[in-house]
Amino acid sequence: MPRRKKRTEIFALGNEAVVEGALLAGCTFYGGYPITPSSEIMEIMASRLPKLENGVFIQMEDEIASMGAVIGASLSGRKAMTATSGPGFSLMQENLGYAVMAETPMVLVNVMRGGPSTGLPTSPAQGDVQQARWGTHGDHPIIVLSASNVQECLDMTITAFNMAEKYRTPVILLLDEVTSHTREKIEIPNEGEFEVFSRTVPSMPPEWYKPYEETVRGVPPMPPIGSGYRFHVTGLTHDRNGFPTQRPEEVVELMDRIHRKIDQFFYDIQLVDEIMTDDCEVCVIAYGSVARSAELAVQQARGNGVKAGLLKLKTLFPYPRRHTEKILAHARTLVVPEMNMGQMSREVKRVNMGHASVRTINRVDGQIVTPSEILKVIMQG
Amino acid sequence: MSKITGNEIIHQYLRHNKKFPHVLCAGCGHGIVLGTLIRSIHSLGIPKDDVVVVAGIGCSGRLAVYVDFNTVHTTHGRALSFATGIKISNPKLNVIALMGDGDALSIGGNHLIHAARRNIGVTALILNNNIYGMTGGQSSPATPEGSTTMTNPYGQLDSSFDTVELARGAGANYVARGTVFHVNRLEKIMTEAIGRPGFSLVEAITPCHTQFGRKNKYKSPVDMYNWLKSTAVPLERYNEMPEDKRRDRMPIGVFVDRDRPGFEERYYAMQQNFLKQAAKGGK
Repeated sequence: MPRRKKRTEIFALGNEAVVEGALLAGCTFYGGYPITPSSEIMEIMASRLPKLENGVFIQMEDEIASMGAVIGASLSGRKAMTATSGPGFSLMQENLGYAVMAETPMVLVNVMRGGPSTGLPTSPAQGDVQQARWGTHGDHPIIVLSASNVQECLDMTITAFNMAEKYRTPVILLLDEVTSHTREKIEIPNEGEFEVFSRTVPSMPPEWYKPYEETVRGVPPMPPIGSGYRFHVTGLTHDRNGFPTQRPEEVVELMDRIHRKIDQFFYDIQLVDEIMTDDCEVCVIAYGSVARSAELAVQQARGNGVKAGLLKLKTLFPYPRRHTEKILAHARTLVVPEMNMGQMSREVKRVNMGHASVRTINRVDGQIVTPSEILKVIMQG
Repeated sequence: MSKITGNEIIHQYLRHNKKFPHVLCAGCGHGIVLGTLIRSIHSLGIPKDDVVVVAGIGCSGRLAVYVDFNTVHTTHGRALSFATGIKISNPKLNVIALMGDGDALSIGGNHLIHAARRNIGVTALILNNNIYGMTGGQSSPATPEGSTTMTNPYGQLDSSFDTVELARGAGANYVARGTVFHVNRLEKIMTEAIGRPGFSLVEAITPCHTQFGRKNKYKSPVDMYNWLKSTAVPLERYNEMPEDKRRDRMPIGVFVDRDRPGFEERYYAMQQNFLKQAAKGGK
């Protein structure tokens, strides 16, 4: 048996790990506008991409333009991304909806900071959870991922690109300031150790191609612009040929498909880490840097004889319902700590439907949620 | 062989079996602009697959549906940002951003000045009809001072934007203005603009009789075309006119014609340098 090649280990910032992950996933385009605490992603991309064969970095005039450029690059066949923080994320929402409607793969990293408005720049917060879900207008599915440590920043960025390409949709990676500004030792996986998914391109002759046709997975193949498949891309509700339509049956067909292409793959999309959840009576549901505090609190609670567990959400939306329901079979209390006024506990309560008591821990003062805070609530049972 | 007529050329480029009739009003100048665009591309001999028309929102934005190129109908005001992403991703493509006056100058004003500053190799085609047509006739940055619209029933107080001066100041490579009355001239500048490297801008004055003319002193489309005929003067003649005669006249022609390399050209030259250095260092 050949010996496995040793992985490269680096000491990296969360934001740096995002860049490593993106490049491993095949990202060749970054368009953005700087904003703390996400700026390092852009700065490192600015130094790395121009030195790569076919890598493009462009600093745009604002966040709206960044999203436009990223969508343009993706339509041209590139794996493209941008990164931002709360106020910039708000500006990106219009074109984010466009990317959903035109089924354009792309990755948007939002390193959250305190808000509303310009709020608490560079202080940790998780205030954009519901903005990530419902920020753009209209009914739409969206994939929102998260990471709680630097290694996960790398891994989840690769996952984000894979999901974007697989489902032809924008994917949001929600980080918080603690994760993206922590420095840790991480391992860079070797080629072949992780999946790299690229969008399906059409194999039929151009005259047969229908850009928004139904397929088994609900995801139509997508050729790069200028490759001989000429078609119309629009943010308007469109028919299978991509042309604007207002006919109810065509509108419903499109809306059903863009929802279904995500819905039917929940098992692939909804990622969680289950830590001591098999028999837990008190279960903490957390994400981002708070999940790290929660993990320590859960270990300490076990030491104190409380059957505690942690459901760490790596996918925030679509909300990992089936994982939560499994825990509801035996847990009497769910504890949801977060650095906001309760944006994810809403989802938990929705799924809980009165089975267990849901206790929330909320901080909006720009401070992290500590293990002892969580432990205190766990011990109250 | 018989001579190919303008119509026969246009028919090769329309998605004729798909989305017709079109949305434009009778008397609208937008179709004329689209005709000049198609003939320009045809005369330059650019294959359809190498053309990307990136349109904004509004009547002009809808034009992209009808032409058999790669077409992207974007969000309001953002056409140039999408076009920038496409051009830098694949510089071989001829990218044409097709926008209205509100689209390009109001909501998209920031993108316009920065596309010009960056000198990205996109041809910006602004269809200026002095009004927001599709939303029902509200004033745009190009609505002339004093004229009446749905949102300034007592007369426009703001002055009208000078697109040419804006683009010149921001650093565009090629800036020209034409009208749909002076079709041959418009076609000529459009052809030049598409052929130029870097950022080029063509402002095409195209009348909106339904939303603008009707509320002002132009009762019919013919009145509007007569207005174009009498208002527009070639730049050379305009420059020789005495100051008092210039008032209420609009110069048309080529205002800026520079030959600086586009952003994409400069970017890929930088990248080639890096790759060469790396190749040397590796051996």
